[in-house]
Amino acid sequence: MRTQHASEPVVETPAPAPSPVADAIFDVRDVAVFYGPHKAVADITLRLRRNEITALIGPSGCGKSTFIRCLNRMNDLIPSARVDGKVVYHDQDLYARDVDPVQVRKRIGMVFQKPNPFPKSIYDNIAFGPRVMGMKGDMDEIVERALRRGALWDEVKDRLKTNAFGMSGGQQQRLCIARALAIEPDVLLMDEPCSALDPISTGRIEDLMMELKQDYSIVIVTHNMQQAARVSDMTAFFTVELHDEGKFRTGAVVEYGETDKIFTNPDDKRTEDYVTGKFG
Amino acid sequence: MTGAQIAAAVIPRRSSRSAAADRGFRFLMLGAVGAAFVGLAAIVYDFASDGLPVISWDFVTSFPSRVIPESAGIRSAILGTVYLMLICAFLVVPLGVATAVYLEEYADRRRWWNRLIEVNIQNLAAVPSVVYGILGLAFIVRGPLGMGPVLLAGAITLALLVLPVVIIVAREAIRAVPSSIREGSLALGATQWQTVWKQVLPGSIAGIATGVILALSRAIGETAPLLVVGAGVSLRFDPDGLGSSFTALPIQIFAWTQDPNREFVARAAGAIVVLMALLLVMNSIAIWLRNRYEQKW
Amino acid sequence: MAEPRLAAASGAQGARVDLTRAPSARSRFEGGIRIALFLAAGLSVLTTLAIVGSLLVETVRFLGTVSVGDFLFGTKWSPTFAGEQQSFGVLPLLWGTMYLSLIALAVAVPLGLLSAIYLSEYARPGVRRIVKPVLELLAGVPTIVFGYFALTFFTPEVLRDALHIEVGVFNGLAAGIIMGLLVLPTIASVAEDAMTSVPASLREGAFGLGASKLQVSLRVVFPAALSGIVAALILGASRAIGETVLILVAGGQTPNLGLDPRESFQSMAAFIAAQARGDIPVGSVEYLTIFAVGFTLFVLTLVLNFASIRLVNRFRQVYE
Repeated sequence: MRTQHASEPVVETPAPAPSPVADAIFDVRDVAVFYGPHKAVADITLRLRRNEITALIGPSGCGKSTFIRCLNRMNDLIPSARVDGKVVYHDQDLYARDVDPVQVRKRIGMVFQKPNPFPKSIYDNIAFGPRVMGMKGDMDEIVERALRRGALWDEVKDRLKTNAFGMSGGQQQRLCIARALAIEPDVLLMDEPCSALDPISTGRIEDLMMELKQDYSIVIVTHNMQQAARVSDMTAFFTVELHDEGKFRTGAVVEYGETDKIFTNPDDKRTEDYVTGKFG
Repeated sequence: MTGAQIAAAVIPRRSSRSAAADRGFRFLMLGAVGAAFVGLAAIVYDFASDGLPVISWDFVTSFPSRVIPESAGIRSAILGTVYLMLICAFLVVPLGVATAVYLEEYADRRRWWNRLIEVNIQNLAAVPSVVYGILGLAFIVRGPLGMGPVLLAGAITLALLVLPVVIIVAREAIRAVPSSIREGSLALGATQWQTVWKQVLPGSIAGIATGVILALSRAIGETAPLLVVGAGVSLRFDPDGLGSSFTALPIQIFAWTQDPNREFVARAAGAIVVLMALLLVMNSIAIWLRNRYEQKW
Repeated sequence: MAEPRLAAASGAQGARVDLTRAPSARSRFEGGIRIALFLAAGLSVLTTLAIVGSLLVETVRFLGTVSVGDFLFGTKWSPTFAGEQQSFGVLPLLWGTMYLSLIALAVAVPLGLLSAIYLSEYARPGVRRIVKPVLELLAGVPTIVFGYFALTFFTPEVLRDALHIEVGVFNGLAAGIIMGLLVLPTIASVAEDAMTSVPASLREGAFGLGASKLQVSLRVVFPAALSGIVAALILGASRAIGETVLILVAGGQTPNLGLDPRESFQSMAAFIAAQARGDIPVGSVEYLTIFAVGFTLFVLTLVLNFASIRLVNRFRQVYE
């Protein structure tokens, strides 16, 4: 059963189109992920746009997290994982032979599903990234800037030296966002950042995301369709395909386009079924 | 009929046979546990009653005598034990932690040589301590290193003996650090070593320290490897450097226990008291460390 | 080295970014660390090779003088005697090792397993908090102390005075029984770990069917934990077989192929320690006996260790 290639986003500009790269922060071409012999994610081709929020939605187990981890070489951490295809970022294929994953991750940050602060002070959490990369500048300023950008400064400015584990879940996640921003990436990948949080914290993080997209490009995996509809500009809908009588599951992109269109007038019936709640 | 009477008629009462079996078994179990208690108590009573009267400042600070029990002390033995422990720690901690870090953070488990290393460590942990003594005798005291029956030889032998234990304990401590911490660190652009050095090791240091202290306390109670390696008995001098002849508390105890003179046997008991006190202190420190500094994730 | 900062999104159009793995000092450092750690890990392999190597080489040399048949099947062990009296049959040592270990296990296995079942299935938390530390204390007592106890207390006060058994000053009974006490905590703690790992759902299912606590413990938990319990037994046996000082001090230095535990016995490990203390010229056949007997002991514990791993894998019940 062949997968359907993602539809290209429609760029509506009156002027002659600028060079194709200018609009996209990631040019993903035929990316597939294998765990051993098993294809976990089928060939994905799409362009993720700069300074926008792109949501990856779909039911559980259809490769959204696996795919987003391709964008910052985090799948390297799994010994049996292999990534085929290209991810072009600033004119460079992230998977080229001579690319250093450590450098990649300094520019493409990630926030995880469960907040994972280090067992250190708030200050040291933020300062870890800059220290490790030898960032120049006054560390106090760097920490303050990051915490302000993460909408956390006012809450913690008087207790920077206290242990991060003492914070609430929502605060910890904002700390993780601030921590990722401290090393000044230009992309923020977020893998279900709110699924472990209460609604109020979720709302605050969504507000934060809308602020951040002016300066960063954001890709977010989410189970929450309403969240995707609220915050994202572009949405990719993933599904899982069963092969070999259901023994193997492969994730694939069914449709990719402007969020409004995906949620009100999608091209593919499977998309429509999902967003209208008929399944998943 | 009341509800209780109905219930009693319908639900069969436990047979007296099964109740007796239950009681009998409980008796057996408590007997077993009691035997362990009694055994420990008897051992402690035995050496404490003979040994405590012997303890004095002179006992701890004088040299042993082969002739006059009253003036025989454990000075050289205590110093030997302490030096052995320190040198052993100096050798075993970096090697053990490095091996544990390699196996947990760097080794690809699919490669056969890494699996071999793992299996090998499990086997080494099960080898009798006397065989480590033979190893020390053949390679360190004589053979290639040929340094003779000296302090360093004893320490290296003990280090090899407890190395597998330290590796196993350090691995557990490292494994307790959740992978989310490693992921978070790597996602910030830290290298693997930076992640290990700045996140994993600091997060596991309490567990490692506790394990090392427990391993060392095992090492200083060992007699057999030191016997084979050629530890001296009743030495009347302080050990002066790595190349010096040496003795240790277990060795001195071993010698005095077998002396026909009962006075010397009593001295052995006194030395046991000192050794046990040392072990008690070390274990208490280990437990205190764990309770105070253990990272709760 | 300053990282090339990217202009904020408004500006840079396809700015080329250098992500390549430059052969920097840092990447060389990382590679060096990896090698250093691998070498440290390799030391453990080196240790095994050294043990096996030294034992094997010297045993072969030993067998140049003493035939394999004489060694493995001879019934008289008297390497230090001169001339006609000198004999190198290892059976008495082998027997001494096995016999004393058997006595030890006869004590440690029932007591250890019963303690384990008690701790795992019956004991209240308050009681556990007392019993577990006592077992751990017992486990931490150095073996020389056990030897002291056996020689100065158990033999004279318990065996001779209290029980009126005519034992020699050095006897296998005291050595074996006290070794049982030594091995008991090992068996108890490993077996207890195995039993507490049995999922609660198994117990609950049995209780729900009306089984008594005894039945649940013996018929559900014990079989379910069997692989771990077997491992505990083998671990205990292994410890007993390798024990040196206790037997040296309390069991004596007389190789003995007999069955009377009131006599003195010598184990392989005890012989090795005793022989190494003696004044024997390097390279002589008396010196080489250390290695030959050591090799025999090593092989024995190795076989036991592999057997325990195999058995554990074979009997393992999978719950997930």
